[in-house]
Amino acid sequence: MLADKDRIFTNLYGFEGSDLKSAQKRGDWDKTASFIKKGREWIIEEVKTSGLRGRGGAGFPTGLKWSFMPKTLTERPHYLVINADESEPGTCKDRDILRNEPHKLIEGALIAGFAMGARAAFIYVRGEFYNEGSTLWQAIHEAYDAGLLGKNAAKSGWDFDIIVHRGAGAYICGEETALIESIEGKKGQPRNKPPFPAMAGLYSCPTTVNNVETIAVVPTILRRGGKWFAGLGLNEKNAGTKLFCISGHVNNPCNVEEVMGISLRDLIDKHCGGVRGGWDNLLAVIPGGSSTPMLSKAVCDNIHMDFDSLKEAGTGLGTAGVIVMDKSTDIIQAICRLSQFYMHESCGQCTPCREGTGWLWRIMKRMVQGNATVEEIDQLYEVTKEIEGHTICALGDAAAWPIQGLIKNFRPEMERRIMEYRKAA
Amino acid sequence: MPKVTINNMEIEVEQGTSILQAAETIGVEIPRFCYHDRLSVPANCRMCLVEVEGGPPKPVASCAMACSDGMVVKTESEMVKKARKGVMEMLLINHPLDCPICDQGGECDLQDQAYGYGFDRSRFHENKRAVKDKDLGPLIKTVMTRCINCTRCVRFAEEIAGTPVLGQFNRGEDAEIGTYINEIVNTELSGNLVDICPVGALTSKPYAFKARSWELEKTETIDVHDAVGSNIRVDSRGREVMRILPRLHEEVNEEWISDRSRYSYDGLAKSRLDRPFVRDEESGKLREADWNEAFDLIKARLSGLKGEEIAAFAGDLADVESVVALKDFMTSLGSPNMDCRTDGAYFDETKRAGYLFNSGISGIDEADAILLVGTNPRHEATIINARIRRAWLERKIPISLVGEAVDLTYPYVHLGDFPKSVENLVKEYAGKVKSKKPMMIVGMNAFRRPDGQAIHGMLQEAAEDLGIVKKGWNGFNILHDAAGRVGALDVGFVPQKGGKGFADILAGTKDGSIKVLFMLNADEFNARVNVGWKTFVVYIGHHGDHGAQRADVVLPSAAYTEKDALYVNTEGRVQMAKRAVSPPGDARVDWTILRAISNHIDKPLPYDSQHELRDRVFEEWPHLSKIDQIELAKWGKFGKKTRIQKDAFAGNALGYYLTNAICRASPTMNKCTQAFKQDIEYKEAAE
Repeated sequence: MLADKDRIFTNLYGFEGSDLKSAQKRGDWDKTASFIKKGREWIIEEVKTSGLRGRGGAGFPTGLKWSFMPKTLTERPHYLVINADESEPGTCKDRDILRNEPHKLIEGALIAGFAMGARAAFIYVRGEFYNEGSTLWQAIHEAYDAGLLGKNAAKSGWDFDIIVHRGAGAYICGEETALIESIEGKKGQPRNKPPFPAMAGLYSCPTTVNNVETIAVVPTILRRGGKWFAGLGLNEKNAGTKLFCISGHVNNPCNVEEVMGISLRDLIDKHCGGVRGGWDNLLAVIPGGSSTPMLSKAVCDNIHMDFDSLKEAGTGLGTAGVIVMDKSTDIIQAICRLSQFYMHESCGQCTPCREGTGWLWRIMKRMVQGNATVEEIDQLYEVTKEIEGHTICALGDAAAWPIQGLIKNFRPEMERRIMEYRKAA
Repeated sequence: MPKVTINNMEIEVEQGTSILQAAETIGVEIPRFCYHDRLSVPANCRMCLVEVEGGPPKPVASCAMACSDGMVVKTESEMVKKARKGVMEMLLINHPLDCPICDQGGECDLQDQAYGYGFDRSRFHENKRAVKDKDLGPLIKTVMTRCINCTRCVRFAEEIAGTPVLGQFNRGEDAEIGTYINEIVNTELSGNLVDICPVGALTSKPYAFKARSWELEKTETIDVHDAVGSNIRVDSRGREVMRILPRLHEEVNEEWISDRSRYSYDGLAKSRLDRPFVRDEESGKLREADWNEAFDLIKARLSGLKGEEIAAFAGDLADVESVVALKDFMTSLGSPNMDCRTDGAYFDETKRAGYLFNSGISGIDEADAILLVGTNPRHEATIINARIRRAWLERKIPISLVGEAVDLTYPYVHLGDFPKSVENLVKEYAGKVKSKKPMMIVGMNAFRRPDGQAIHGMLQEAAEDLGIVKKGWNGFNILHDAAGRVGALDVGFVPQKGGKGFADILAGTKDGSIKVLFMLNADEFNARVNVGWKTFVVYIGHHGDHGAQRADVVLPSAAYTEKDALYVNTEGRVQMAKRAVSPPGDARVDWTILRAISNHIDKPLPYDSQHELRDRVFEEWPHLSKIDQIELAKWGKFGKKTRIQKDAFAGNALGYYLTNAICRASPTMNKCTQAFKQDIEYKEAAE
C-alpha cells in the first residue's frame, strides 16, 4: 500500500483547485530552476536512478529514452512531444492529470524539455478531451503569465514554449509516429521505424514522445530524489508509483495512485470495494487497457500489477487500465466489441491490419452467436497470428492479443456456444 | 560500406541500400507491391517481410530497412514464408477474384504473386468489401474494389507528376483511394498511373476490354509526339495498334511516357489516307486516284519548271531517311527552296550546338540552376518537365522562367515575358553566377517570331555571360517540340544557297514565284489559308489533316508505327523506330513514294532499298549511324546581331492534346481536351 506521504498526485480527484496557486501550495514549481541549473546529465541520471519506465504502455526506461537524443544541438531543433491522446479503452489516468494536476505536467515538460535540449514541447490532447484541454490551456497561460514558461522559463535561463495541439479523436494518433504525423498536419498514420523519432521525428528533427504521466511524475522525482522513487514499488525494475484505472464489475470503480507491483487482489479489494458479488464471482480481468490479453481468475488470485510480472503471465501492464469482468459477462461478446473497436480504429495503411481487423470482427460476431465451426477457432487464432508482428505499428498486435487471450482462457466456452447453436439449428 | 549476408551469400552494398535492393543485386527475389524504385517507401503492403537474425523475433519490411554491417538476412525461412502467406491471404480476402474479366489479367503483380506465395484456396467466408469507382477522367478506368491500397498512385501523382490530387480517404477497412471533390487527374503523365498500379484498380480506359496482354505482338520503338524521343513498346494485334507502353531508358524517359505518346494511338486508325487522291479540276474537290494518275499529274506540273520555282517542306513527324530522300529529290530538280521549320521557328541552324539540348536530358540531374526561356516544358516535353521537377524536389535548385507564366508543377521565379527580361538578367548577373552547372532551356516559342535569329544570337551571348557554357559544361539547351526537327536540321533540310525559307516559300506561293510545293508530313500550319491557291501542292503524309486539305495531289504514307525509320531527339540522340504494323490500304513508306516519283520523272534517286538509303545517309552524316548515342556539338557563335523587338514571348496556343495530325485525329485526345477544359471551368465555377 502506498503511504499518503509518498503520493505524487495529491489532487488526483480534484478536491483542490487546478490553478497555479493551489498547485504551488501542493509543492509544484518548487526549486524548478535549481534542477535545471544542475544540468542535463544530472536530470537524466536522476531519472535513470529512479527506475521510471514509460507510463504509456510499452514501459521503456524513460532516462534511457531521453539519453538517445543527440547530445549536441545542431541547427535542427529538438522537440519534446507529450502524448495526451489517451484513447485506450479502460484508461482514464491522463485525463485526471490534465484536469486536476496540469501544473505537474507543465513543470515536467520544462524539465524534460531541458534534459533533452528541446526549446518547445507539443502536447497532443485527444480531441474528445475538450474541457481537459481547456484546463491545460488555462494552466499554460497562468504559467506564461507567472514567467514559468517562455523566455528564461522559471528563471532557469532556459527558453521554453509549450504548444497545445488538439487531435480529432483518432485512436491511432496515440501511436507516437502517427501522433507526430498528425501534429505535422498529415493524416495520422504511423511511420516506419527506423528512423526512430530520436533521430528524425517531428518535422524530421530529433524528438522524444512521452506519456503525460511519465512527464508529470518527473518534477516530484527530482524534488524527492530518484532513490525515493526507486524505493517504492515491487523491485528495481518495477519501481515507483503508478496510476491505476479500475473499471467494470467492481463496487467502486476508481482512479488510484498505488505502488508499482501491488497485487491485483489488493488493488481491487482495498480501493474498489471488491468485485461485484465477491472475489469468487470474478470471471476475468484485462489488466492494462483493452489491448492486453485477459487474465483468468486463477491467475488473478496471485498476480502483481507491474510490467514484468504481467509479462510473465503472458499479458502486459499497458496503461494499467484494469477492466474487471464478473461471471455475468458474456466474455465472447466483450472481446467481440474490442475487435470492432480495433477494426474501426485501424488506420488502413498496412495490409494485415486493414484487412485482418475486419475479418477478426466478422468471425468474432459469429462466435458470439456460436454460428461457426470448432475449426474456425483455430483459424481465428491463425488469423491473429498473421496480423501480429507483421504491421508497421502495434495496433495490429493490439487487435490480435485480446482474441488470443480469449482463446487461451475461454476456448471451452466458445466451443460450448458453437455446440448449442448447432443443437438449436 | 556495410557487408550483409542474404541467404548465406555475403555482399557489400552502399550505405543506405535497403535489404530489398541488396537482395535484388544478387538475384534474390523478394515479392512486393507498394515498393517502387522511383517513389518514396511507405512499406505498407508488408509483402516484402524478411527475417533478420538477431533482431526482434518478428519479420521486418525489407524495402524500408537499410542494410547494416554484419546483418544476416533470410528470405526463405519458415517465418518469412508464413508472413508472406499471411499477407497474401489478407490482400486477397477483399480483392475480387475476377481475373478473367480484369484488364490487368496476365500482367498483374497480385495474380503472379498469389501463384507464387499464396494459399490455394480461400478461408474467407464473410462478405467482400465493395468500393465505389472513381471518375479520374477520360484516360484512366477505375475498379476501386480491386485496389489494395498500396498508394503507388498517390505517391506518383504527388512526387513525379507534381499534381497531388490523389489521396487515401477514410481509415481501416473503409480506406479508399480517390480525388478530393471528384477532381479528375489533370496531369500529362496520368497514363503512368496505369503502369504502376500493381493490380487492376487503375486500367487504361481507351484499352478497356480490347485485348489480352498475351495475344499482342510487341514492338520496341520510338515515340514521335514530342522531341524527347521516348522509348516505347507498341502492342499490336493484326494491323491494329492496341496500346502503347513505355520502355526503360534511363537517359531519356526513364520508365514514364506522356499521355500524348500513350493514348493518341487511336488516331492512327482514324482519318487515315489509304489511297492517293488528286484534286478534280472541275469540282475542285479531292477524288480518289491511282498512283500512276497522281504521278502523271506531278510529272506534268513539274515539266518545264526551273529549280527555284519548286519548294519543299518537311513537317514535324518526318523521319530522317524520308527527309534525305526529299532533299536529294529537290537537289535533282535543282531547287534550293526547302525548310523543316514549318512551325515558323526562325533560328540560326548553322551551328549544331545552337539547336541541340546540349547537356542531354540527364544533364538536368546535374544542373544546379535552370533558366527557362519561351517554353512550357510541361506541355512541350512532359518527361523533361518531370525531370526538372525532380531536380527541384530533391535538390531544391532555383528555377526561373522568361515567357508565359504557367503551372509547371514546381515553383519558379517569373522574370518576365519579354526578351528584355533575359537581357536584364545578363546585365545584373553577368560573370557573377555562383552556380557550377547552370542551365538554360529555350523553347521554340522564343524563335517563332521574325526576330528569332536575333534572339538566338542574344541567347548565345547570354549563355556565355551567365556561365551556362564553359569548359566541361554546356547547359545551353534548345527544347524542340517536333520529333523530326533535329534529324532534318542534321541532314541540312534548310534553305540551300540562294534558297527560300519557310516564310519566303509561303510568300512565294502567294505571289506565284513558287509553282510546285512538296509537303512531307507538313501539318503544323493551316495550309488552306497560308499556301496560295495557284501553287500545285503535293502532300505526302498519313492523315487527312491541314496539309492534305490543301493538297492537289495526296500521296498516302506510313505513320511512325508503320515504318523502320531514324529519328533524332532534341538532345541529338539517334534512335531507330521499328515497324509494328502495316500501313493501311495503299499507303507506302514515305521515302519509297519519293523514289517512285523520281523514277516517274526520269531522275531516279540512287537507292532501291532502305539499306542503300541508310548507307547514303550514314556516308554523308556518319554521326547518324551511331544509334542511341549523342554526337556532342561544338560551341561557337550563332545567331544574328540585329534588333530585337519588344514583343513578349508567345504562349503555347495548341495546348497539350492536339499538337499534331495523329493527336487531332484521335478520339481520346479530343475527349481529353474536352474533359480538362470542363474541369478548369468547373473549378473556376467552384471558386
